[in-house]
Amino acid sequence: MSEPAARPKLEIRDLSIHYGTKTAVKNLNLAIAEREVLALIGPSGCGKSTFLRCLNRMNELIPAARQDGHVLLDGQDINARGVDVVELRRRVGMVFQKSNPFPKSIFENVAYGLRVAGLNDKAELALRVEASLQHAALWDEVKDRLGESALSLSGGQQQRLCIARALAVEPEVVLMDEPASALDPLSTAKIEELMHELKARYTIVIVTHNMQQAARVSDQTAFFYMGELIEVGATAQIFTNPGVKRTEDYVTGKFG
Amino acid sequence: MTVAARRSPGVRRATTGLFTGLTGLAVGLLVAILLLIVGDAVLGGWTRLSWKFLTSAPEDGMTAGGIFPAIWGTAVLTLLMTVAVMPVGVITAIYLSEYAPPGSRLAALVRTAVQNLAGVPSVVFGLFGLGFFVRFVGERMDRAMGDELKWGQPGLLWASLTLAVLTLPVVIVATEEALRTVAEDLRTASLALGATKSQTLARVVLPGALPGILTGAILAVSRGAGEVAPILLTGAAYYLPDLPKSLSSQFMHLGYHTYVMATQSPDVDATRPLLYATVLVLLALTFSLNLVAILIRSRSRRRVA
Amino acid sequence: MATHTDRAYERDLNKLREGLLAMGARVEAMIAECVLSVVQRDSRLAEHVLKSDVAVNRLELEVDDLCRKIIALRQPAASDLRLITTAVKIVTDLERVGDLAVNIAERAVDLNKSEPMPIYDDLPRLAQLAQEQLQNALEAFVKGDVEQAERVLKSDDFLDALFVKLFNDLLQLMMEDSKTIRRATSLLFVAKHLERIGDHATNVAEMVIYLVKGTDVRHPRSR
Repeated sequence: MSEPAARPKLEIRDLSIHYGTKTAVKNLNLAIAEREVLALIGPSGCGKSTFLRCLNRMNELIPAARQDGHVLLDGQDINARGVDVVELRRRVGMVFQKSNPFPKSIFENVAYGLRVAGLNDKAELALRVEASLQHAALWDEVKDRLGESALSLSGGQQQRLCIARALAVEPEVVLMDEPASALDPLSTAKIEELMHELKARYTIVIVTHNMQQAARVSDQTAFFYMGELIEVGATAQIFTNPGVKRTEDYVTGKFG
Repeated sequence: MTVAARRSPGVRRATTGLFTGLTGLAVGLLVAILLLIVGDAVLGGWTRLSWKFLTSAPEDGMTAGGIFPAIWGTAVLTLLMTVAVMPVGVITAIYLSEYAPPGSRLAALVRTAVQNLAGVPSVVFGLFGLGFFVRFVGERMDRAMGDELKWGQPGLLWASLTLAVLTLPVVIVATEEALRTVAEDLRTASLALGATKSQTLARVVLPGALPGILTGAILAVSRGAGEVAPILLTGAAYYLPDLPKSLSSQFMHLGYHTYVMATQSPDVDATRPLLYATVLVLLALTFSLNLVAILIRSRSRRRVA
Repeated sequence: MATHTDRAYERDLNKLREGLLAMGARVEAMIAECVLSVVQRDSRLAEHVLKSDVAVNRLELEVDDLCRKIIALRQPAASDLRLITTAVKIVTDLERVGDLAVNIAERAVDLNKSEPMPIYDDLPRLAQLAQEQLQNALEAFVKGDVEQAERVLKSDDFLDALFVKLFNDLLQLMMEDSKTIRRATSLLFVAKHLERIGDHATNVAEMVIYLVKGTDVRHPRSR
C-alpha cells in the first residue's frame, strides 16, 4: 500500500456535466494522486469519457456541454478565468481511441505539439522527437524512417506514435480514451507495458471497456454508472472485493 | 426478407435483368451522345487544326486565319477570374464550415444565397456585371480619375470579376466539402496537443483540404472558361486582332468566337471548318482541365488511403 | 441475486457449487461410516468408505478442472474470483477429510481383527462433533452465512478439548494394561484423525468468511 500523496495531482469537486437537458456526470468528487494510473470503467454512456474530456477542457468543443463544479490541477481551478486553455492542454495531454496521426511524416507528427508551441530550433526538435519516441517505445522501430508518412505505420505503431506525440510536449497528466480498443493483443500488450513505464513520470487517467486491461494497468479504479461515480478504490480491491453491489455486478458481468 | 422470400427466383432474376438493362441503356445513351459531340468536333475540325491556326489571328472576316487572340483572351480572363474567386470563395467556405457557430442565422443565410447564386441563369450574371461593374463601379472610377472613358466600358477586368461571381458557388461548395472531409479526429488531436484554432486550421485542416480546394478551383475554371453569356455584355469583343493591352481592354474569347462564327459569318461554308476546329480547341481545353481535377482528386485519395 | 449476463458462465459457477456440495455430502457420509465401522466393529462399512474415497477423488479432479477452465476462459472477478479461489482450497480440505476417513476405516479393519476394546463414549461424540463441524461449514458455504461459519471456528475448541480428554483416557488405559497398547494406539490415531477433520472444517469455514466478506481471517498473528 502506498502512502497517500500530500496533495492530489488532480482534484474534482462537485463536478456535474450536462449536455442540453441530459446530465452526463453527476456531482462527482474524486482525487487523483501524482504518478498514479487511474482506470475509469463502466458501461457505455456512463459518463466516463465525458469526465475524461473535461480534464483538459475538450468538452468545450461540444457546444451543448455545460459544467458545474471544480477541477483542480495542482490546486488550481482549470476552468478559472485567466487559465489559458492552450496552456492547460499542454499540461494535460490526451490519447484517443482511434489512432489519429496527422497525414504528415513520423517526425512532424511528434514535433507538432512543439512547433505549435513555437519551438523551431532544428537540433532541439530532433532531440525532443527522439526522446518522445523512446518513451513511447517506438524509436527502434522508426528511427530509420522518420521522414516517411505516419500513415505507413501499423495500427499499433500509429497508436504509440500518438502517445509519443502527446508526450513530446512533456505533459504532467496523460488522458487515454480507450487507447488499445482497436488493437491486436500484441500491440495492446505493448501499450500496457508502456503505461507501466510512463507511470514513473506521468499521472495517467485511462478510460477502458476492457476490465482485464483496467485490472492490469491501473493502481486505482473508478467505477461509473449512469453519470455517477459509484466506487473508487485500489484496483486489486475493486476486482477482488468491491464495496458496492453495483460494482460487484459490473466486474462479475451481471449487468442487464 | 419475407417479401423477397415469397418471390420466385425466376421473377427475381427477371426484375434484376430489367433494371440492369434500363440502367445500361441510360449509360449507353449518355456515352453515345458524348461520342457524337466529340466525334463530330474531331472529324470536322481535325483537318484545320495546325500550329498556325493556334498562333495567328483571324483573317478575311473569319473565313481564314487562326484563333490565337481568342485563346489568349480566354486564358487571361480565366486566370484573372481564378485570382479573384479563390480567396473570396475559400475564405467564405472557411467561415461557413469552421467559424460560424452551428445553427447560425448568418451562415444559413449565406448558404442559401450561395445556392441561389448557383441557380441564376448565366445571362443574368452578364447583366449584373454590366450594371454593377461597368456602369456603377467603372463609371465612378472614371469620374474620380478625370473624364476619360476607360473603366466605364466593358473590359477584361469586369468580365473576369463577373465570371468570378458566377463561379463563386462552385468554389464555396467544393471548399466546404473539402474542409468537411478532413477528419474531426485530426482537429481534436491538434487541439489536444495545445494548438490554437487558427494553428489547427493552418497546419492540419487546410493542408488536408488542399486537394479538394484545388479540385474546386479547376472545376470553377472549366466552368468559367466555357461561359459566354456573362462576358458578352462585360468585355468580349466580336473581332479584335490585337491582344488586350490592359485590364480595361476588350478581348476575344473562344466561346464567344464560336458563337460569332456560327451566326455572323459572311461566308458560312468557308467558316465551317474553322468553326469545327475552334470548338475542338474549346472542348480540349475544358476536358483537360477536368482531367487535371480528376487526377488531383484521385492522387489525394490514394494518399489518404 | 442478479445473475450473470452470460448464462453459460452462470451455469459453470452453479456446476462448481454443486460439485463442492456433492463432495461435501460424500465426505460427511464417509466420516459417519468410518466411525461406525470402529464402534460397531463393521468392516463392511469400512470397505464402503474405501470405495467412496474413489468417488471423492474423482470429484476433486472435476472441481479443480472446472476452476481452471473458469479462470482461463472467464477471468472471474470480485465474488466470482473469491468463489473460485475458495473452491480450489475447500476441495483440497474435503479431499484430505476423505483421506482421513479412509485412514480411520483402515484402522477399523485392523481393530476388528483383534479383541474388542472398551469404547469410550467420547469417541462417537468426537466423531459426531467433527461431522457436525464439517456439515455446518458446508451449510455456511451454501447459505453464505458468516455467523454460522464463525460458530464453526469457535466450536473447534470443544473438539480439541474432547480430543485431549480422550487422549488422556487412552494413555491411562495403556499404562494400566500394556496388552491394550497396540489397539489403544490405533484408537488414538482414530481420535487424532477426527480432530484433524475438525481442523479442515474450520479451514472451510474460514474460506466461507473470505468468500462472503472478502476479508481473510486466517492466521491473524502472521500479518
